[in-house]
Amino acid sequence: MTLPIFTTTEDPGPDFAGLMRRLKVPTLPLMAANAASAPTEFRHGTTVVALRYADGVVMAGDRRATEGHSIAHRSMEKVFPADRYSAVAIAGAAGPAIEMVRLFQTQLEHYEKVEGAVLSLVGKANQLGQMVREHLPMAMQGLAVVPLFAGYDLARHTGRIFTYDVTGGHYEESEYNATGSGGRDARTTIKLGYRDGMARDEALELAVQALYEAADEDSATGGPDLIRGIYPLVATVSAEGFAAVPDDEVSDRFAALIERRRTEGRQP
Amino acid sequence: MTMPYYVAPEQVMKDRAEYAQKGIARGRSLVATTFDEGIVIVADNPSRSLHKISEIYDRIAFAGVGKYNEFDQLRVSGIRHADTKGFAYSREDVEARSLANLYAQYLGQVFTHEMKPLEVEILVAELGNELRPPQLYHIAYEGTITDEDRFAVLGGETEAVAAALDEAWTATWSLSEALKAAVTALAGPDRTLTAGDLEVAVLAEGNGRRAFRRLVDEELATLLD
Repeated sequence: MTLPIFTTTEDPGPDFAGLMRRLKVPTLPLMAANAASAPTEFRHGTTVVALRYADGVVMAGDRRATEGHSIAHRSMEKVFPADRYSAVAIAGAAGPAIEMVRLFQTQLEHYEKVEGAVLSLVGKANQLGQMVREHLPMAMQGLAVVPLFAGYDLARHTGRIFTYDVTGGHYEESEYNATGSGGRDARTTIKLGYRDGMARDEALELAVQALYEAADEDSATGGPDLIRGIYPLVATVSAEGFAAVPDDEVSDRFAALIERRRTEGRQP
Repeated sequence: MTMPYYVAPEQVMKDRAEYAQKGIARGRSLVATTFDEGIVIVADNPSRSLHKISEIYDRIAFAGVGKYNEFDQLRVSGIRHADTKGFAYSREDVEARSLANLYAQYLGQVFTHEMKPLEVEILVAELGNELRPPQLYHIAYEGTITDEDRFAVLGGETEAVAAALDEAWTATWSLSEALKAAVTALAGPDRTLTAGDLEVAVLAEGNGRRAFRRLVDEELATLLD
C-alpha cells in the first residue's frame, strides 16, 4: 500500500466511490452487466417502513431473510444508521444491499472528514440515488436493491423520507412509506392510523403494527419471534440524532399489541 | 558545453533541510499530550475554518504545522488510506502505525527526490485500547519518525515548549489540567493565549465510535478557566 496522493487533475475530491474507482478497487456493481443470468438462489430481505412524527422519523424493519422458499436468516438487520442524522433501510437482494449500505455509510463519513462539513439531507439522498442507479445492471438481472432513506433535516428542523426505485429515481414522501414484499400491507396499516404530528409513542406503535400486519400476510416477512426473542429493529432519527429503540421496548409493544387484540376478541 | 558544478550530496541535503526548517519555523507550534481519558491536541491557530487538527478515523487524529496546502494534502490522503483500508478489511484493522509509516516514506521520498522538500511536520495520534497504550507519531519533513507516549511538540521553536511540558506532565492529569499546561507551554513567558487563539480537539472514550471531537467556544473557555 502507498499513500493515495493524486495530481490536482486526477483528484477524486470527497467522493469515496470515485476514490475506489481511481484505486481500481471494485465496489458496485458487484457483477458484470453481461453475466449470463442471475443466480437463482440468493438471500432476500423484506419489509421496511418509515414514517414521520413530531420530532423526526421512525424507521423499522423485520428480521427475516429468505432464500427461495426457505428462511435463510432469522435475525438480519435491515435498518442502519447512515450517519448521525440519517438512517437507511433496505429491501431486496441482501448481499448487494448490505454492500451498498456499507459504501453509503463510508461515503458520508468520508465526505464529512475530507470537507470538514456534513452533507445536506437532500445531498445524502442524491448520493444514495446514484448508488442505486449504478446498481441498475444487476437489478435488471433480478438482484434489485430498493432502499428507504430517512433523516432529520438540521436546516429545516423536520424529519424527511425518501423512497427509491431500481433506476435510482428518488422521491420525497410527505408522510410515510414502506418497501419490500410486505410493503403493501405495511403501507395500508400505516395509512389507516397516520396523522400529522404524532408523538413518538404513537408513531412507534403504528410502525410495530404495520410490521405485524405485513408479517401476517407476507410469507417472506418475519413477525415477532416470541420463542427465540427476536424482534423487528426500530429506530428514530430526531434532532438528537439516530437512536435505536431498545429491544425491551419493542418486545413490550408487541406483547401489548397481541394482548389488546385478545381482549378485544379479535384474532391476534 | 559547460559542465554542471559539482555539489556534494551532504551540501544538497543540508540546503534542503535548512529550507524546510525555515518554512516550518515561520508557522506557529502545536502540542499534543495524553491525559487520563485520551489525547488532547492544541494548536496556536486563530482560524475557525482552516484547521490544523482533524479526524482521520475512529480512533486516529491528524495534526500538521508548516505550509497549509502541503499538510492538508497529507491529511486528505490519510483519510483516504484509512477509509479504503477500513472498507476493504474491517474498521478494527485501521491503525496509526501503518499510516505513520506511509507518511514517513512519502516525506522521505519527496525530501530526497523532489526539487523542493515539503515544509511540514505532522502528527498521527491514536487513542489507546486494552491492547495498546495511546500513541503519538511525530513525523518530520525529511521522513524521520518518532513515537512518543507522553507528549509531542511540532513546529519551529520547540525546545522551550517541550521543556515546559516535560516538567508539568503527569500520567493521570485531567483534560483541564493537560489543556492548561499545554496552552501555557505554547504561549511561552511573553504571551497569553485565550480560547479565541486556539484550535483544540480531543480523542477520547465516550464520544461513541468516532473518538475525535473538537472543543470550541464555551466548553473550551470553561476548561481553560
